[in-house]
Amino acid sequence: MKFGKPLGAIGAVAALAMSLSACAGNPAGGDPGTGGKVIIGIKFDQPGLGLKVGDNYEGFDVEVARYVAKDLGYTEVEFKESPSAQRETLLQSDQVKMIFATYSITDDRKKKVSFAGPYFIAGQDLLVSASNTDITGPETLNGKKLCSVVGSTSAKKIKDTIANQVQLQEYDTYSKCVEALASGSIDAVTTDNVILAGFAAQSQYSGKLKVVGKPFSTERYGVGIKQGDTKLCTAINAALEKMVADGSWKKALDATVGPSGFTPDAATNPPKADAC
Amino acid sequence: MSGISTLLREYDVLGAFWVTIQLTLWGALGALLLGTVVAVCRVSPVGVLQRAGTWFVTLVRNTPLTLIVALCALGVSNTLKISLAPPDSPTFIVDNGFRWGVVALAVYHASFVAEALRSGINTVPTGQAEAARSIGLGFGATLRHVVLPQAFRGAIAPLGNTLIALTKNTTVVATVGVAEAAYLMRNMIEFNPSLLYFIFIVMAAGFVVLTLPVGLLFTWLSNRLAVRR
Amino acid sequence: MSAQASVLFDAPGPRARVRYRIIAVVGAIVLLAMLAYFVVRLADPANNQLTAEKWLPFLTPTAWTAYLLPGLLGTLVAAAISVALSIVFGLLLGIGRLVEQRWIRWACGAFVEFFRSVPVLMMMLFAYYAGLYGLRISGTALPLFGVVVGLTVYNSCVLAELVRSGVNALPAGQRESGLAIGLTPLQTLTTILLPQAITAMLPSMLSQLVVILKDSALGSMISYLELLRSGSYLATAFANLIPTLIVLAVIYILINSALTRVAGAVEQRLRRGPRGVVTRPVTAGFVPEPAAEPDVPPTIMPPRDDRPGRRR
Repeated sequence: MKFGKPLGAIGAVAALAMSLSACAGNPAGGDPGTGGKVIIGIKFDQPGLGLKVGDNYEGFDVEVARYVAKDLGYTEVEFKESPSAQRETLLQSDQVKMIFATYSITDDRKKKVSFAGPYFIAGQDLLVSASNTDITGPETLNGKKLCSVVGSTSAKKIKDTIANQVQLQEYDTYSKCVEALASGSIDAVTTDNVILAGFAAQSQYSGKLKVVGKPFSTERYGVGIKQGDTKLCTAINAALEKMVADGSWKKALDATVGPSGFTPDAATNPPKADAC
Repeated sequence: MSGISTLLREYDVLGAFWVTIQLTLWGALGALLLGTVVAVCRVSPVGVLQRAGTWFVTLVRNTPLTLIVALCALGVSNTLKISLAPPDSPTFIVDNGFRWGVVALAVYHASFVAEALRSGINTVPTGQAEAARSIGLGFGATLRHVVLPQAFRGAIAPLGNTLIALTKNTTVVATVGVAEAAYLMRNMIEFNPSLLYFIFIVMAAGFVVLTLPVGLLFTWLSNRLAVRR
Repeated sequence: MSAQASVLFDAPGPRARVRYRIIAVVGAIVLLAMLAYFVVRLADPANNQLTAEKWLPFLTPTAWTAYLLPGLLGTLVAAAISVALSIVFGLLLGIGRLVEQRWIRWACGAFVEFFRSVPVLMMMLFAYYAGLYGLRISGTALPLFGVVVGLTVYNSCVLAELVRSGVNALPAGQRESGLAIGLTPLQTLTTILLPQAITAMLPSMLSQLVVILKDSALGSMISYLELLRSGSYLATAFANLIPTLIVLAVIYILINSALTRVAGAVEQRLRRGPRGVVTRPVTAGFVPEPAAEPDVPPTIMPPRDDRPGRRR
């Protein structure tokens, strides 16, 4: 029994792992205006916002990302999944150039990354069955069954401050919550209203679910970029402004989450971008 | 240090491990009962039952526990609306989730219990069963009075292994939101990433404390109860 | 199955045969009734799980090319890397528990005992977050790192136990003759004992493969794109969660029972083969078999108990 080979294998695997994590140059995309390929982080499992459908991606986030990328002169867009926990490190390690993934602008996150936008103002809300009449807002949830994902802030907020008699079910994805809601075993799902609207807009659920429409928080969706990249930030903001001005923003929203009957708060949407 | 003490005040570590222990005990009881039935089916003289037992073991053993838990909680409980708690109870979600978790654990580990018992039955010398039959005992009586008592004793070590595996596998029901140790650990890390190493050591040590005595107990039992031949 | 040879019961006479037949019919009816109940409940318009809309996606090529096959690839990649690493570390740890030096034995023993008690899911969660915050790994490498570390740590401990019990199960003469011709204890271990032990371990190692494959499904919890997770994307896109779970179960069962069959075939071959030094199957469970006091010195001893090993 010789150990040269197994040890060599460890070395090879270690080298492989290194090459996976290390990057040469900026593979996620060059500066705006220089063309070429750009890698953009989105969600893969949020209908209406960022959803993998076959080999394609669709949703509002995807549409905005495509518009911005085109406006910035990139000729090719590659989408990469950016799970919530990984968004900051994906940007810091240059694996993605921008993130359009229901990414709320918060002071905490600004310590690690910068944001362009916002491009949409959402709010935490409730999704209920279309025939439901007794849930009209978070304060009516006492004694009801509410579903959200593990580590969700909106469910925690309802339980702690608004309706402490609520029963909380947590799954790892929203799609499981929505399935449970559709089958009637829970009463409501909570997260940002536009995500909920995306589910309600799915053809399989059409007419069965509705968004309550009483948002109880403000979530400002920004475009995550590497910290301090003001040049990119300014360019994205210009692109977003153009998108709103030429009507593409409205068109994209109507095409993706529109079928649910959801209309965003017109007082805040479309939003004006923050200064970079 | 203050971070650690607020962490322990905010999260009920002992409570989560108590849920883990309860899941383990009820799951083990269910698995032992169901597994014995399956093992008896597999050695019974009735072909249909033999085949049903074999099918059960093959199907369940080759499916990831995660999937069985999901099928129980999302499929049978949510979609088919078979609940194991009164639907209007104020603790419905907790109770129902816990009980379906127990069912999933029991079903999955029953296949291992059945295999352990079958190997235990194989250790009983032919002469024992022949002697039982020669004094006129039928299949049921042979099994109940002669073979199974020896088989259980011969199967103690693998049964102990299954119990330890079950203890650790209770973490899988965290995937459907049952608030046991792994679920708590995930929440703690998500909201306190700076204490990652401390959290892991505490939770891992909890499992070492739970499983090591079981291992020692079963090793001792299997030596003590081994049928001397 | 009329006159089956078994020690537990005689060949049935006429009355027993009638009784068996009655039990068989009743049993079959009960089992079919349970199956029918589930099918009826699934088809129930209130649940509506058997509609074409929910099942037809599986007949389209995209369901396979865009979701299930990449997911299966993810499962197999994670399993393959973990198997390779587990074998390496398992051998090292197993040897570490058999060498002369007491401190190496103790260190390896403590490592194995500790990490065998930690649930794979917890290990994966820890590795994932440690990779994220500590090692700053990101992108697709991070969940893969989490899954591989979780699976490797646990399974190398299991393999280390397999190695140890395999070596301990060899006849004492093997080691003695190695020492007698002037080999050092380590040489004896690596050139004489391990090759035999590994041959005897092969079936158990193969069935451990099934365990690794099943446990890789836990990777879906840390966003590793394996079969379960890609299935959940599919279920989100087509809003057909329950049919997807059923299809996934079928895929897992097919792959794993094929693997189990291979393991069985290998075991049969080894039993019949000329190299059958070890006549009883070597297994290691989650608890050490009783020959496990860490400080019983000459590390290679005849097995103390003759309980038959357990089968998984």
